[in-house]
Amino acid sequence: MAITPPQFLLHHDGDNVAVAMTDLQPGTLQGRSVKEGTESTAVLNHAIPLGHKFALADLAEGDSIIKYGIKVGLASAAIKKGDYIHTHNMRSYRWEASRA
Amino acid sequence: MGSKPRLMGYRRENGTMGIRNHVIILPLDDLSNAAAEAVAKVIPGTLALPHAFGRLQFGEDLQLTFDTLIGTGVNANVAAVVVIGIEPKWTQRVADGIAKTGKPVAAFSIEGKGDLQVIQEASRVAAMFLQDASGLVRTEAEMGDMIMSIKCGESDTTSGLGSCPTTSQAVDRWVEAGGTVFFGETSELTGGEHLIAERCIDAATRDLFQLTYDNYIKVIEATGANLLGSQPTQGNIAGGLTTIEEKALGNIAKTGSVPVVGVLKPAEMPSASKPGLYFMDSSSAAAECVTLMAAGGAVIHLFPTGQGNVIGNPIVPVLKLTANIKTAKSMTEHIDLDVSGLLRYEYDLTKAGDMMMDVIYDTVNGRLCKAEVMGHREFTFTKLYISA
Repeated sequence: MAITPPQFLLHHDGDNVAVAMTDLQPGTLQGRSVKEGTESTAVLNHAIPLGHKFALADLAEGDSIIKYGIKVGLASAAIKKGDYIHTHNMRSYRWEASRA
Repeated sequence: MGSKPRLMGYRRENGTMGIRNHVIILPLDDLSNAAAEAVAKVIPGTLALPHAFGRLQFGEDLQLTFDTLIGTGVNANVAAVVVIGIEPKWTQRVADGIAKTGKPVAAFSIEGKGDLQVIQEASRVAAMFLQDASGLVRTEAEMGDMIMSIKCGESDTTSGLGSCPTTSQAVDRWVEAGGTVFFGETSELTGGEHLIAERCIDAATRDLFQLTYDNYIKVIEATGANLLGSQPTQGNIAGGLTTIEEKALGNIAKTGSVPVVGVLKPAEMPSASKPGLYFMDSSSAAAECVTLMAAGGAVIHLFPTGQGNVIGNPIVPVLKLTANIKTAKSMTEHIDLDVSGLLRYEYDLTKAGDMMMDVIYDTVNGRLCKAEVMGHREFTFTKLYISA
């Protein structure tokens, strides 16, 4: 069972965001999908703390953000692959008034 | 690890099974907190449950306060109850609601006597209740005898990855062994409510779930408020959660895979003849939610956290687990189980479930959880609207 601890995890293959498993610096990272167990690499553009998210694909404003294989929000600005994603560039699609 | 030891609990007069043996001093209203707390000082070993409400409430909101008070007294973790209120009528109403189960209960009211006389009279009864409760012995218990509740708090992205899936393991095992589990947090299903609807056991349950969800969300959305900082909370945001939908999917990750067999109103008790997973309409605020679930009969609570919520309950052990290594290290006095190794692939989810069950078995059998040791006794009522 024991493998090298992943630096990032995504819930499902096909999700367009991943979660940092430690405080991360920009660079190339090793990660894994939880559901399928697929190993992958990604390039992170910004330093982000444990638990925060970054993009696995280029996203235009209004594009869906997919986590758990399900839409969990919209890009509220253009996002490049590897960029930090949080309230500054992502918002709820259900609660329109909930914005940073 | 994970093999089931003998479980021992307290069988109550109405057949329910508790894992604690509290004698509680229950104030009807805020005005009676002082007398209730004084009785608990005179008779150490009894437990006062002060709270903020109970006056000039009306309609559905008043009924929920009665249901919460009576349900707390009825809870199988409670051996006996002393109710103290400012006036006799509502005090007696709560005492009568508890007495229906056959549990020892006594009622005292303050008007016309004053605090000091009531403290003396109530203390004499509390002393007798405490001594009698101390003579009760634990007998063999099954998971099917006991209600578990689950609710997460100060969640972060590690919750949906680690602590909530671990909780799911316990939910499935508890229900498959014939037990009952409550989940709730109505607003915190937003974006994933269809996943719960799909798991409802029949059309009637599904319709009731959807109606309950829609009614709660209407109230929130009618305000037009920006909920960022409230739901998700500032702690959620600090932990990397961005939207309600993202938070909801992590929340739902703790509900197991078993069907939803029923929908409960806040503080409602399920039918003893229909075990399984129930949704209880409730706030996502930790203390409100756990208080309602305890009033519905839950005797043990699993509380996955990310950033480190510290909540406890006066009568129900609230077990904390986290998959956030920073929280596990910095808040050891609050965390009962560290499952961060799951995210480092040191063990798999089945093993994490085994680790969770071991903590549950120990707690059932009387080992104090961290929230009990730390004296966290949040007893918080859900208020539906303004008082008259």
